[in-house]
Amino acid sequence: MSDALISVQDLTIRFRTDEGLVTAVDRVNFDIRPGEVLGLVGESGSGKSVTAKALMRLNADNTDYDAASKILLNLPEGPVDVLGIRRERDLRVVRGGAISMIFQEPMASFAPAITVGDQMVEQLMIHTTMSKAQARELSIEMLARTGIPEPSRRFGQYAFEFSGGMRQRAMIAMALSTNPRLLIADEPTTALDVTIQAQVIDLMKDLVRDFHMAILFITHDLGVIAQTADRVAVMYLGRIVEEGTVRQVIRHPAHPYTLGLINALPKLDNLDADLTPVPGDIPSPLNRPTGCVFHTRCPVAIEGTCAAREPAMHPASDGHMAACHLTEEAVTEGMSA
Amino acid sequence: MTKPPVIEAKNLTVSYMLGHGFLAPKTRLNAVDNVSVTIDRGSFFGLVGESGSGKTTLGRALLRAAPISEGSVTYQDDEVRYDLADIEKAELKDYRKRAQLIFQDPYAALSPRMTVRDIIAEPLEVMGLTKTRAETDARVREIAAKCRLNLEHLRRFPHAFSGGQRQRISIARALVSGPRLIVADESVAALDVSIQADVLNLLKAIQRDMGISFLFISHDLSVVAHVCDHVAVMYLGQLVETAPTRALFERPRHPYTSALLSAIPSLDPDDDRQAEKLEGEVPSPTDPPPGCKFHTRCRFARERCRSEAPALREIAPERHVACHFAEEFDFSRQTAPAAETV
Repeated sequence: MSDALISVQDLTIRFRTDEGLVTAVDRVNFDIRPGEVLGLVGESGSGKSVTAKALMRLNADNTDYDAASKILLNLPEGPVDVLGIRRERDLRVVRGGAISMIFQEPMASFAPAITVGDQMVEQLMIHTTMSKAQARELSIEMLARTGIPEPSRRFGQYAFEFSGGMRQRAMIAMALSTNPRLLIADEPTTALDVTIQAQVIDLMKDLVRDFHMAILFITHDLGVIAQTADRVAVMYLGRIVEEGTVRQVIRHPAHPYTLGLINALPKLDNLDADLTPVPGDIPSPLNRPTGCVFHTRCPVAIEGTCAAREPAMHPASDGHMAACHLTEEAVTEGMSA
Repeated sequence: MTKPPVIEAKNLTVSYMLGHGFLAPKTRLNAVDNVSVTIDRGSFFGLVGESGSGKTTLGRALLRAAPISEGSVTYQDDEVRYDLADIEKAELKDYRKRAQLIFQDPYAALSPRMTVRDIIAEPLEVMGLTKTRAETDARVREIAAKCRLNLEHLRRFPHAFSGGQRQRISIARALVSGPRLIVADESVAALDVSIQADVLNLLKAIQRDMGISFLFISHDLSVVAHVCDHVAVMYLGQLVETAPTRALFERPRHPYTSALLSAIPSLDPDDDRQAEKLEGEVPSPTDPPPGCKFHTRCRFARERCRSEAPALREIAPERHVACHFAEEFDFSRQTAPAAETV
């Protein structure tokens, strides 16, 4: 896995809370190669945002990274052990340097009383050796590149003067202006209307091609994943339960949770199909199920096995892994019955 | 369809005045602009549109929770008929029992200090629908069972519940007064997909078993396609198309509907059918474009569209479209025909 840009190994994250240690992420492994878009899918509480924030060490002070966890970033200057960085100052290499992040709610991510332009210049002054004039020039160019009309006028405006779609474009422009190797996009289109979402998805595809950076794309929307990602990892209650190329996972889901998610989606090409919810609710992280984390909601769980033994990730086909005691055929058959 | 519709709005306008200072000139914002719509009794009527299109305001006006500036709204069931624009106070109180609202965010809509039992019972007590505590409890239990909440749940507080369960509590609260019309405003938007289907199935069961009419407001067209029997599409305060769901999704007759449909990301990774690019964004409702309000983003716009606003007209049974060229153009085609043809 030496060609990976970032390699996450056995990442376990717990939070120290009044109720005790809460496990949010449990032995998660994945790699992202340069120029690759990895989609991370899961529902609220699955740990996808916590995982993403760990890559930049953005989780709160009560976060406990397990001693065995490793996040390795392969930069041309040499490898960086993200979890091993001790000094806050050294984190700059990662935060805003090698990795940038865009968030779901762009209004909450811009300072309301500083112009968008000043915020863009500020981060360039921190992360590059540019002069203020150069930083300004590059920022305006990036605004133009992300399809914002009249970029030099927009540069001097505040975030509240932008529409939702504009704000998300400005945020992408800002995130990309430091030329990161990895962009983390946490539900970047969820707050947008469909027509604007389509514009932003197209923009992101263009940018991957032009800048050749890697993207970790977090979303709960499988349709958005199908249109953007190369590979997908499906998360449930802090565990990755399935991973593979986007075609493998969406066409031949090998984990009952993935199949359940797809069955629950309303599909436009078959309006008569019943919507099948995944039964039950996601368990509280304070009360994680034994054995397979999904067995409490699984329609095909094997009595005595799934509650007792945790399934290992096993290959379903080349490059396609799932953590289930059942084979893909048994899952598909069991759930269509 | 012999029974009169539950809601009939005619030329409904909801406007707000913006700006207060004596220096800043006041501007009028028509959040809902001359909308006529009919909701048949017992139907599951979908209302779609982007943020700022006025769909929430229209829903509230039908509940008489937003001011009716112009036009009329008539509500009718087996017992009463109300003209909502000049409804009297006593009648309005009665109307509140008959028409209810379910909100988007089940985390914000429920008081954290009340038990689930008290949340569901509150409308009964406020409206004086039950006389004794025993009667209230019986009614609460009956509704809770319909919404698949068990007795043990009733003693707990909302924080103990997941999003899907909370939304079922909101639904129970809306149902308890025995409404004939429910406005569900983005009621599944805040829920995860695995739970969303469960709440949608519950709403459909309520419509079917209790004969309640629904106005289902949503920005998610694939959800609307699955649950609604009729759909209206809204843009900048106006209806641009209304049709039976299947007909609308099979062949949209308004270019905006067509663009909305094509913007839904497909689950098929190899579906590289290009989304019809809707350029730009929704214009400001305080300064709507002249003529057809959609012409600034329409690939098919002609000279006529810039000056003359198209009326919502019936082009087929139950199908209404506000486009000059609804019959002429196939809006799902990739390229617009050359302008000279018109």
